[in-house]
Amino acid sequence: MLSRALRLIAMLLLIADAVLAAEVVRRWAPLAQDGVHDPKSPALKLLQEPREALSALPPVAGGNQVDWVQAIEQGRINPRTNIFPETRVRLLESDVLLNLRGSTPIVRFPHRPHTLWLDCGNCHEHLFKSRAGANKLSMDAMLQGEQCGVCHGAVSFPLTECNRCHSVPRAKPAQGKAR
Amino acid sequence: MSRKTMTRRRLIRICVTLAFALAAFPAPAEYADVVLNKRSEKEGVRPVVFSHWFHRIRFRCKVCHFELGFKMRAGANDVLMADIIDGKFCGMCHNNNIAWGADRCDLCHSGRPGLKSGIYGGHQTLGPGRW
Ligand code: HEC
Ligand code: HEC
Ligand code: HEC
Ligand code: HEC
Ligand code: HEC
Ligand code: HEC
Repeated sequence: MLSRALRLIAMLLLIADAVLAAEVVRRWAPLAQDGVHDPKSPALKLLQEPREALSALPPVAGGNQVDWVQAIEQGRINPRTNIFPETRVRLLESDVLLNLRGSTPIVRFPHRPHTLWLDCGNCHEHLFKSRAGANKLSMDAMLQGEQCGVCHGAVSFPLTECNRCHSVPRAKPAQGKAR
Repeated sequence: MSRKTMTRRRLIRICVTLAFALAAFPAPAEYADVVLNKRSEKEGVRPVVFSHWFHRIRFRCKVCHFELGFKMRAGANDVLMADIIDGKFCGMCHNNNIAWGADRCDLCHSGRPGLKSGIYGGHQTLGPGRW
């Protein structure tokens, strides 16, 4: 009897371990335990749980644990681009390479994923001058919530995901406009 | 690797995972949730919780932060309930047209009492330079 119970516990632990070791399990806190919603609020029965919506979208580490760029590119979501019919929806495909003289891998700034989500006016000219090399960028400022850190670290994938930005190895001479 | 060390490693991994699971309690807010509580609680209603993950499935950032003119900084938009009912801020959509209307108080005012305005979600890297 006792040994059967022990074997069962051991088996459960092994299953849990196998699941955790796979490291692809994404978990989203239920609204009632997320620390911002009032567990007593009558809305909790009506609001959507993050897990319900986000588990269906392409996975990535950090932030909402969703690759929001791929979610659009793969057609999983198609969020509205505008509300007023007269708004011009602008898309730009060019990449800019940043941080050419540093020691970490080169940063590729891609306009396409940004302009899928944002308008030029969200960045130009108050955050970044629209001329390659015209901006003095620093990782330090970003960590303080400036420059790229206005969005990355708040809403877009967080600054802990170094290699999504530092994505071009230094050994290879890379393509694109340099600063 | 011997079986013994393998078992020991597995045990260590389980302990570490459990420790993390416990340390992570209470679970954090979903990344990029914003609390708006400049006036709500003082006026006797729960703070407002705005979820980016929910809205960005339906609208690109440019709709709110370019077309509708929401400033990209938590607390920078001085939102009054009267303005919302007038069709400004959240009321540009929560008008019984694009989304349900301003009469559904509890859906927006769902926050835990005592919360400060700001962005929540755990990965934020706000520093002194910001403020
Ligand atoms: C660009 C339009 C738009 C704006 C601006 C907007 N919302 Fe929404 N919101 C929506 C839509 C669309 C829905 C989904 C409605 C539905 O499910 O019928 C929604 C749903 C919600 C929900 C319910 C989420 C759930 O789990 O069902 C809450 C809460 C909410 N909005 C709060 C806010 C607050 C607070 C603001 C202002 C700070 C705001 N919204 C501004 C369009 C908008
Ligand atoms: C949102 C994009 C982004 C993320 C994420 C990011 N960086 Fe950076 N980083 C940059 C940019 C842009 C620069 C360029 C600054 C310049 O031009 O000098 C930079 C510069 C740097 C520099 C100074 C230049 C150099 O190469 O010596 C270091 C060090 C650095 N990053 C380390 C990191 C580390 C470590 C992480 C992860 C914890 C990280 N970065 C995450 C965008 C990012
Ligand atoms: C998320 C912020 C962001 C958005 C949105 C954005 N840009 Fe940029 N843009 C940048 C950054 C960063 C650089 C690089 C500047 C540097 O090298 O210092 C840049 C560089 C440029 C350049 C000069 C380099 C080149 O490729 O010729 C032009 C022109 C430009 N942007 C135009 C646009 C236009 C047009 C749009 C809208 C369709 C747009 N940008 C949207 C951030 C942005
Ligand atoms: C105004 C907001 C904003 C600013 C400023 C911004 N980004 Fe982004 N960035 C986004 C959004 C939104 C995405 C979509 C992915 C997400 O939300 O996680 C994105 C995605 C990216 C991606 C991922 C592309 C992919 O295909 O996976 C890279 C790389 C990136 N940003 C680098 C940068 C760098 C470097 C800077 C500064 C020079 C910067 N971003 C500034 C909003 C911004
Ligand atoms: C679409 C979301 C939404 C709905 C629905 C909503 N509110 Fe609000 N309300 C807000 C936001 C955002 C604020 C500003 C929060 C802050 O800074 O404290 C606010 C502020 C308030 C305030 C603070 C004082 C003031 O006048 O601005 C009161 C009181 C209030 N709401 C009551 C209500 C009542 C009562 C209802 C239902 C009839 C309601 N709200 C419905 C989003 C909403
Ligand atoms: C439905 C409307 C809506 C959409 C869509 C939306 N936002 Fe927001 N955003 C808001 C509101 C409301 C706030 C809070 C403003 C306040 O507190 O005054 C906010 C705040 C922010 C902030 C400030 C956070 C801080 O640290 O202070 C950033 C950055 C931001 N949004 C970026 C984005 C990006 C990037 C996207 C697209 C991926 C996006 N937002 C999509 C409504 C929206």
